[in-house]
Amino acid sequence: MELSVVFLSRLQFTLTIMFHYIFPPLTIGLGTLMVIMEGLYIKTGNPQYEEMTRFWTKIFAVNFAMGVASGIVMEFQFGTNWATYSRFVGDVFGSALAAEGIFAFFLESGFLAILVFGWDRVSQKMHFFSTIMVALGAIFSSIWIVVANSWQQTPAGYHLVGHGSIERAEVTNFWSVVFNPSSVERLVHVLIGAFILGGFMVMSISAYYILKKRHLEFASRSFTIGLLFATVVSILAPVSGHFAAEIVAKYQPPKLAAFEAHYKTGKGPTGMYLIGIPNTQKQKVDYGIEVPGLLSFLVHGNLSTPVQGLDQTKPQNRPPVVIPFYMYHLMIGLGIFFILLTLYGCYLLWRGTLFEKRWLLWIFVVAVLGPYLANQAGWIAAEVGRQPWVVYGLLRTSKAVSPAVSGGQVLTSIIMFGLIYLMLFAVWVYVMNEKIKNGPEEVKPDEMIAHKGGILETAARLVNPSGYSMTGAREKRDIDNNDQN
Amino acid sequence: MDLHILWFVLLGVLLTGYAILDGFDLGVGIVHLTAKTDKERRIYMNSIGPLWDGNEVWLVTFGGALFAAFPDAYATAFSGFYLPFMLLLFALIFRAVSMEFRSKTTSRKWRQTWDISFFGASTLATFLFGVAIGNSIQGMPIGADKEFLGNILNLLNPYSLLVGALAVATFAMHGSIYLHLKTTGDLQKRIYRQMWRTYGFFLILYILTTMYTLVSRPFVTHNFENQPWAWLVVVLNVLAIANIPRAIFKDKPLYAFLSSCFTIAALTFLFGVALFPNLIVSSLNPQWNLTIYNAASSVKTLGIMRNIAFIGMPFVLAYTIIIYWIFYGKVELGKFSY
Repeated sequence: MELSVVFLSRLQFTLTIMFHYIFPPLTIGLGTLMVIMEGLYIKTGNPQYEEMTRFWTKIFAVNFAMGVASGIVMEFQFGTNWATYSRFVGDVFGSALAAEGIFAFFLESGFLAILVFGWDRVSQKMHFFSTIMVALGAIFSSIWIVVANSWQQTPAGYHLVGHGSIERAEVTNFWSVVFNPSSVERLVHVLIGAFILGGFMVMSISAYYILKKRHLEFASRSFTIGLLFATVVSILAPVSGHFAAEIVAKYQPPKLAAFEAHYKTGKGPTGMYLIGIPNTQKQKVDYGIEVPGLLSFLVHGNLSTPVQGLDQTKPQNRPPVVIPFYMYHLMIGLGIFFILLTLYGCYLLWRGTLFEKRWLLWIFVVAVLGPYLANQAGWIAAEVGRQPWVVYGLLRTSKAVSPAVSGGQVLTSIIMFGLIYLMLFAVWVYVMNEKIKNGPEEVKPDEMIAHKGGILETAARLVNPSGYSMTGAREKRDIDNNDQN
Repeated sequence: MDLHILWFVLLGVLLTGYAILDGFDLGVGIVHLTAKTDKERRIYMNSIGPLWDGNEVWLVTFGGALFAAFPDAYATAFSGFYLPFMLLLFALIFRAVSMEFRSKTTSRKWRQTWDISFFGASTLATFLFGVAIGNSIQGMPIGADKEFLGNILNLLNPYSLLVGALAVATFAMHGSIYLHLKTTGDLQKRIYRQMWRTYGFFLILYILTTMYTLVSRPFVTHNFENQPWAWLVVVLNVLAIANIPRAIFKDKPLYAFLSSCFTIAALTFLFGVALFPNLIVSSLNPQWNLTIYNAASSVKTLGIMRNIAFIGMPFVLAYTIIIYWIFYGKVELGKFSY
């Protein structure tokens, strides 16, 4: 493959979007968990829950800051590298982007300042409200992004205006754009993926503390909340995945064929490969384990109708097979692993022996990598499977780049992004490690009594303007040291 | 109101909001190295700690709104300014990283490195904003197909460099006045003198830029002929600039800060008036200008976006004010500050 502007721009987009997508799913998942934890605090008055909210808020803030920094890049990049695409979709994406900016970004970043820096400056209720707003903001922003992306997969509610290089899509029906055929199913699946990550992150850090015999009360409570949450959403994932795949089968059959490496349509029922190695040359799957008729059953609900294969699509309109096939199967494999692991965890929790099984806790420490991988893999499958189109059936990826930009310029920016992202990644790992090392505050037994019902007094005691840092919000021991009031 | 004009105005509002708000935190970065001790530098950084992130959201929203309302202008400007925009992105990321990284260890070398990168990134970002505005006023080589035909050297012309310098001076002044509000004691006394110095730089560059603009780009006042009320803003702008030293002298720093905010708003406004109804001026042929009509999304989209903005904007304003209210006051350092 030569280093064309198209190739380099795609490479840069891949690099920057995959880096960006490390952070938003975690903030979406964790935000929701923080609402649950702070809600429990308000309900029970148990300061342990307050400590939990504080600690997870710090983890949240680190990832949020990274998400903002890497997100600005995404927004600029549509214009810098994909000018023709921007001209084509601007009218349709306009409303979605305006809504995201106004409803989501301001909501999130504004209330995050209160969430992180405002513990001692606002009332407990106001703080809880801010937590809810931040969690909602994270979900809002995913709504508009997934709506925009889904429109690229299954365009609706538009008409084409102009010809050639000035052709573009214009909105005819806003609600048809928002509720295009795939947006709801895909949004639900994306959110579930984010919730799974949030649950596994909480379990990972908590399991680590339990193994190190630190913050045991905090860690076991956090783990339990994370586990119950992760179990529910892990079970829901294949359900929502099935609905999303049905939409793909209906509106983007070549993409589903690529997911399944289903080259030839054939006459009888279509089977589904659990594993295998797609062979592009011979148009078949080597060393595959196939469940006969399963794909026909999943798509058509019967064991006789064949599912459309890649041979039904013109060669120039076929997506690549290898990457979507592996990524799709990786995602599904991981999804099954999440269900088995969380169900087993729940069983042991019910038996009361979960926190004694050190080997299992170690698995939970590492298992957080699973949802990261699954989220990325799912998106890679979805985006590569859409090729060669950037807007399905309307605009080819190869035609979407900026005419004013040269390959050399893109290469320069890729190298710079590569370096700066390596550095950012190092910052992130370092700061996360610091946060985890420092851990939550211990709640002393006598405090647990003193604090009961004393939220207002506590808040009043804590009013003491001090320094701020996005990743280093002041902690309580700091206040206790400085507080002269 | 004509939807195209409405969106031009709303983009102006977003740009003004961004220039005022991120202006002071970029300004704090520009004057960062004038703080002598480690503690002073921490005070500088912590004065903007909880705010800079929210301020940058104005830029994100401006970018999104430009994409949405005028996709052609967004595509042309961003692909034409490819390397400057990439540099801008790196500068903005570096700024954030510098603040986060600096406090992680106490090594002198380590902290100095991040101090310099914080200063450099803040200055570079501000300068690039100024250069972009200079090029917008002066026009760029745009072809009939709305694509940028020049190279980076077209963008680095004397006029745009001067506007870039003015932007740096303006934000340095704005940031100094902000710091004066947020500090106490000896540090505040030094910042007091610094306010005067940065004001001096600003005034010189402001006069130079105004003269250069009026002499070499007389077309910037064309719109004033149809809209004579715009002269009122010019007068108010001059009054605000004059009010800054008066308020500093009378020891009313909040008034000085508000005057500085107003100065930035007025300059952004005058920039808009000079540009209207163009978004990007073609230096090759006026027919090829990207205007608010030929670069816009459809009227239907602009209308939907207006409804979204009118529902959302009151909330945005309300919680921006609430957050500034909550974090109003002097900076004190705690153990877990930057």
